[in-house]
Amino acid sequence: MSIALEDGSRVAIVGGGPAGSLSAYFLLTFAARMDLDLKVDVYEPRDFTKPGPAGCNMCGGIVSESLVQALALEGIELPGTVVQRGIDSYVLHTSADSLRIDTPLHEKRIAAVHRGGGPRDAGEVQWGGLDGYLLGLARDLGARVVPSRVTELDWEDGRPRVRSQDASETYDLVVGATGVNATGLQLFEKLGVPSKRCETTKTYITEIGLGEEAITRQFGTAMHMYLLNIPRLDCAAIIPKGNFLTICLLGKDIDRELISAFFGSDAVQRCFPDGWEVREGVCHCSPKINVREARTPFLDRVVLVGDAGATRLYKDGIGAAYRTAKAAARTAVFSGVSAEDFKRHYWPVYRSIAVDNLFGRAIFEVVHAIKSLGPLLSGCLRMSEKEQRSPGESRRMSIVLWDMFTGSAPYREIFLRTLDPRFLARFLWESALSVPKGVAHG
Amino acid sequence: MAEGVLGKEYGDGEVICRQGDPGDRMYVVQAGKAEVLHEEDGIEEPVGWLQAGDIFGEMAIFERQPRAATVRARGTIRVLTLDKRGFLRHIHEDPSLAYRILQQMSHRIRSLDAELSKLRARAEEHAEN
Repeated sequence: MSIALEDGSRVAIVGGGPAGSLSAYFLLTFAARMDLDLKVDVYEPRDFTKPGPAGCNMCGGIVSESLVQALALEGIELPGTVVQRGIDSYVLHTSADSLRIDTPLHEKRIAAVHRGGGPRDAGEVQWGGLDGYLLGLARDLGARVVPSRVTELDWEDGRPRVRSQDASETYDLVVGATGVNATGLQLFEKLGVPSKRCETTKTYITEIGLGEEAITRQFGTAMHMYLLNIPRLDCAAIIPKGNFLTICLLGKDIDRELISAFFGSDAVQRCFPDGWEVREGVCHCSPKINVREARTPFLDRVVLVGDAGATRLYKDGIGAAYRTAKAAARTAVFSGVSAEDFKRHYWPVYRSIAVDNLFGRAIFEVVHAIKSLGPLLSGCLRMSEKEQRSPGESRRMSIVLWDMFTGSAPYREIFLRTLDPRFLARFLWESALSVPKGVAHG
Repeated sequence: MAEGVLGKEYGDGEVICRQGDPGDRMYVVQAGKAEVLHEEDGIEEPVGWLQAGDIFGEMAIFERQPRAATVRARGTIRVLTLDKRGFLRHIHEDPSLAYRILQQMSHRIRSLDAELSKLRARAEEHAEN
């Protein structure tokens, strides 16, 4: 049975990060198209214009190529006040070598952003970053931003009730956009969702202030990816922003030992100015990330979006927030807000992210294997290097690496591309050429 | 070009896309202005203007035809390119993404209708005289 939203229906969104703000944005956009009068409240206690953790949603801060394009089609332009640096290339570093890979269009289509007001030691506050900007867009469309923390969720006559520090209000729909780092997820368990919480792992992020000039000189407009043979480290990235570099480590049980090994590696040291001691910035965090989706992301009149539900493994979490937020809003406005409505129209989008992550997991397993086998890693670099040198040639490896590191294409697509016999043959051939002669004859 | 911006910058007078070229991508204006020009016998006739937020180059993708017009930067302009495959994949996954393009096309048809009726009125006036 469907439950439709009507003129005057009220929606509460718990959490004002990208998933929450975009839910409000699309609910109000779709409602306006249908001449439906919706009242949308976004509960967000944080002030995104504050530097440091108080105003930050803690992530690497990359808006992927595919999301930048989708947002442009939606009419959402990311202004220069939000984009700390436009990214047009990446540099792949291994312990022995570095390789720069440009995109065919030579165009800045990836946005490096701060999520909040910037790192703790940012000095001046700059516009509230991506999260502040998206929340502003929702506010411009008529969403009311309630600057209070939600303390309890329960039911009143079959409708969800939101209790905050100051008030208690009943709604026709509650959208959970609490992320995985907030205790907010527990609130939704009390409502009966989800039956199994999403699985999380810890990542590590720090921001190093190097100054805009030095960052432009040393890191340019490229994302720097590190494939190093450090145990438990899946991959690492250094993302140049305005005056800061964001360093992101992804892997299993990231601890001090692993962080020191990364900072101390030759591959990292050679990227910094001579004599610069690479060490943790003033602002650092170990946020949890969602690695396995919640099993039931909806009930009648309740739906979870963004990291609270399902997100993309490791990369493009903001893109997953956009897709889930939009799908939930589309379902609510054009179909209805019953569990059945969400199952029919929201679940397929949600499932596609979850299924794609299975391919993602397989890809990262392969990356693990390649990292630990020198010839395969060299083969990967040689193949990509040759593609760069001959512009006419198809750029199979370069594109696979680009899409994988930037989160620009679904993992399934990347995985299938690597199964192409021409890709495999070339990769194995280049790897064979990389085997030291003594071993080859060995 | 400043660090904190996206897309590609074109200088005054530079061609962003040319009439007759294959249409393998479309564009969204991020900042600045461009003029749409129709070329006939080597002469460029102005047919319209583009500004921030406008999408162009989509006709060639939908109709699988060469570009119908040339677009030249007027002053410095910044444009984001959307490749054909990525665009088509996006709208097949989420058809609502085509809504703004429909809106824009409908707006263009409305202006063309107004332009056409103005021309007809002028032609009739001319015939009567």
